[in-house]
Amino acid sequence: MAITTTKSAYRKGIVDALPFVLVIIPFASLFGLLATEAGLNVFETLTFSIVVIAGAAQFTALQLLQEDVPTAIVLASALAVNLRMAMYSASLTPWIGSAPVWQRALAAYMTVDQSYVASMTQYERDPQMTVPQRMAYFFGTVTPIVPLWYIFTLVGAMVGSNVPDSWALDFAIPITFLAMIAPMFRTVAHVAAALVAVIVSLIAVDVPYALGLIIAGLAGMITGAQVEAWMERRKPGSTAR
Amino acid sequence: MIDKTALWIVIIGLGLGSFFLRFVFTGLVGNKQMPAWLLRHLRYTAVAILPALVAPQVLWPSGTDGQFDLPRVTAAVVTLGVGLVTKNVLAAILSGAVALYGMLYLVG
Repeated sequence: MAITTTKSAYRKGIVDALPFVLVIIPFASLFGLLATEAGLNVFETLTFSIVVIAGAAQFTALQLLQEDVPTAIVLASALAVNLRMAMYSASLTPWIGSAPVWQRALAAYMTVDQSYVASMTQYERDPQMTVPQRMAYFFGTVTPIVPLWYIFTLVGAMVGSNVPDSWALDFAIPITFLAMIAPMFRTVAHVAAALVAVIVSLIAVDVPYALGLIIAGLAGMITGAQVEAWMERRKPGSTAR
Repeated sequence: MIDKTALWIVIIGLGLGSFFLRFVFTGLVGNKQMPAWLLRHLRYTAVAILPALVAPQVLWPSGTDGQFDLPRVTAAVVTLGVGLVTKNVLAAILSGAVALYGMLYLVG
């Protein structure tokens, strides 16, 4: 399906994000369940999901709030889990930076792993897209995701019973991320970036405040950039002419 | 029991902070040109961050309190493998789910 109008870009965004529905439903329900189990009422639980929309950070905050950690540390840790969003914002900027500010603000609110990765993959695959088409695509990707995040947080909060560990819902998100990573390995530089990031993340897993993730991400990005520069130098004239 | 004041400070603070992180570049840099060396690094953001986020969860899953778990590792390998071969996100997710529940059933 070629993108020719903003409307077709929006539709393609929706279609490309549909697989994530399978994961958002259990993940949002799980947050609702755990939050009510931790003593939050339905209103507090739903507000949490609407104000923050960031699963991993919400789970981190919820966990730490139950452990009598000082509030400032809870906040700092959950924000550290979300630090990757600043990197996402930076990498989206060359593509959507010239869109109207209200659109950028709305997109920022709805920047989650799924919408970011789907959009970046699309932008790089089809660099001819106009900025309005890129924004339309982005809003297409969040259309099946964000409303379900709210609705199933609410469902989980209202059901309020305990989901057995044997359902292994903790693994819904790792599976989605792995499925999203696979199509990204387009060059040696991408593969090298991922490998280095994985190795550093395993070494740095005990670094406090979830900063191991940021260190691993930066290491992977530097590796990718270095390998890319090295590949270009090996092919003299490929870009110079 | 979670203290209500602490809870609301965290909800509002995390909401504002997360929005700031998400808006800091698209909002403040906007359409100003960024240097080539920075763009070169930013191209690898997704392909570095997502694997780094997942790898510790695969080897030491929170669902098993950090214990290595064969079904989860199998599911991870199957998901990545199917994704690499088919380039299809949905096929990869479904295969991963089948592998996970199949192995949980077999291994117990």
